[in-house]
Amino acid sequence: MLCERCGKNPATVHYTQIVNGVKSEAHLCSECAKEVGATFGGNLQGMMSGFMPFVFGNNFFTEPFGPGSFLSGFMDWGMSPGTVEEELRCEYCGLLYSQFKKTGFLGCPKCYSTFRERLNPLIRRVHGSSNHVGKVPRRKGGNLRIKREIEELRAQLDEAVKKEEFEKAAELRDRIKDLEKKLKG
Amino acid sequence: MSWFDEKGPEGDVVLSSRIRLARNFEDLPFPDIISVEQSQVAIKRCKEALLDKGSSLSPQLQFLDLKAMDDTSRQALVEKHLISPDLARNYSKGGLILKNDNSVSIMINEEDHIRIQCFAAGLNPEAAWDIADKIDDLLEENESFAFDEELGYITACPTNVGTGLRVSVMMHLPALVKTGNINNVIENINKLGITVRGIYGEGTQALGDIFQISNQVTLGRSERDIIGNIRGLAMEILNAERSTIEALLKSSKLQIEDMVYRAFGLLSNARVLTSEETLRLLSDVRMGVNMGMIDVPITVLNKLLIMTRPANLQLMCGRRLEPYERDIKRAEYVKEILKTQSGGV
Ligand SMILES: [Zn+2]
Ligand SMILES: [Zn+2]
Repeated sequence: MLCERCGKNPATVHYTQIVNGVKSEAHLCSECAKEVGATFGGNLQGMMSGFMPFVFGNNFFTEPFGPGSFLSGFMDWGMSPGTVEEELRCEYCGLLYSQFKKTGFLGCPKCYSTFRERLNPLIRRVHGSSNHVGKVPRRKGGNLRIKREIEELRAQLDEAVKKEEFEKAAELRDRIKDLEKKLKG
Repeated sequence: MSWFDEKGPEGDVVLSSRIRLARNFEDLPFPDIISVEQSQVAIKRCKEALLDKGSSLSPQLQFLDLKAMDDTSRQALVEKHLISPDLARNYSKGGLILKNDNSVSIMINEEDHIRIQCFAAGLNPEAAWDIADKIDDLLEENESFAFDEELGYITACPTNVGTGLRVSVMMHLPALVKTGNINNVIENINKLGITVRGIYGEGTQALGDIFQISNQVTLGRSERDIIGNIRGLAMEILNAERSTIEALLKSSKLQIEDMVYRAFGLLSNARVLTSEETLRLLSDVRMGVNMGMIDVPITVLNKLLIMTRPANLQLMCGRRLEPYERDIKRAEYVKEILKTQSGGV
């Protein structure tokens, strides 16, 4: 299938758009997809409300944002056309940033440090956030775990005070103090 | 017995809930560029942490060597949603640890080093999460996962960083499809950063009226929030489906009955059934069961849904079948199951 917009390149990005119950489809080449994507001004909400990735076959495992074509729609927003990007390479696994842009896959966990400056804006566009608030591994996140626990206890404390459960509040206060001591080491 | 032929909470509409957790070892390259030796390291670590340590879960888990299987057996695992099509294709570096009731499958060296998947019948993502969380803890006792204070768990693709959590709920929505209301549902839900898609069939043309709802965003929200969010939406869709069913029963009972009985008639008598036709008819019969028109246990329908897929059918017959042969065997199988395990019309 050829791209519907330029009619030159093969269509590799497929979108379905549903507006007020009317479905329309778009089959674009990666270049045109980028340009069309850019008209949404890099606004994630705008992107999500209108488009969903067009999926084929048994779709149980199809990722909402698969790597590759769909992600590439997010990739270069904000970069002015014609800017030449300096090539970066991860020194641990050898992956080039340009390779990531093609496949959507990073090479190793350390790529995240190497490419941090370029990845962070992308991650913020995809997730609308760049701050993890979920589970923290016991092994690594020693201090982070404690901080989280303190936050959690503070919320419980507020709740207890509101409900005038003063005994419970006192207990919570003691636990928070203990944890804060632990944090200071 | 397997999770997928059970009937769980809200089992009239919700077939199953799935939790997927992505984890990676901090000292190995991601599976996309991992070497054969390194891929074996990842597999060995998972086996040690889960199978050799003697946790209460260990005796129920086993390692399956994907390399030792033929294509049909791997494809049958895909049809049961235990491995992804990607892992079935790139099996040479991959591994699989499976719980004996198929409710847990741990894919090794798929897109990430580890993808813990836990399933529960019906609408019960919380139960699936509790097990996934436990398995994650077990793995973590032995191993250090790639983790960043800001970005959370590090994944091969930046779309999964943070919790690495994907929560999915599989729903059967025939009334919303037949009335065309499904498009509004999809439109509204996509606004919330949640995807809805058909499980079978191409594009938005969902065969069998089965849809999967899953979160897109994995970073910046806690696991409990993501799960609660999906549950809330699933409940809304479920209520929409149930009230549409009631409306249909009021406005077009005769037509619906006709459709349901025709579907049941075809399934129990046809001599040749394609995979597509089977999905379509099963959907109509399921709808009839939920409307109280027909007496077939939902668990039987769940089982038929999986066992009539091409690879599982061939495994059951013990040999490769040509497509037309498959359609004949499928019809035989469906007829037999419905004769023995349903109360009929
Ligand atoms: Zn084009
Ligand atoms: Zn790297």
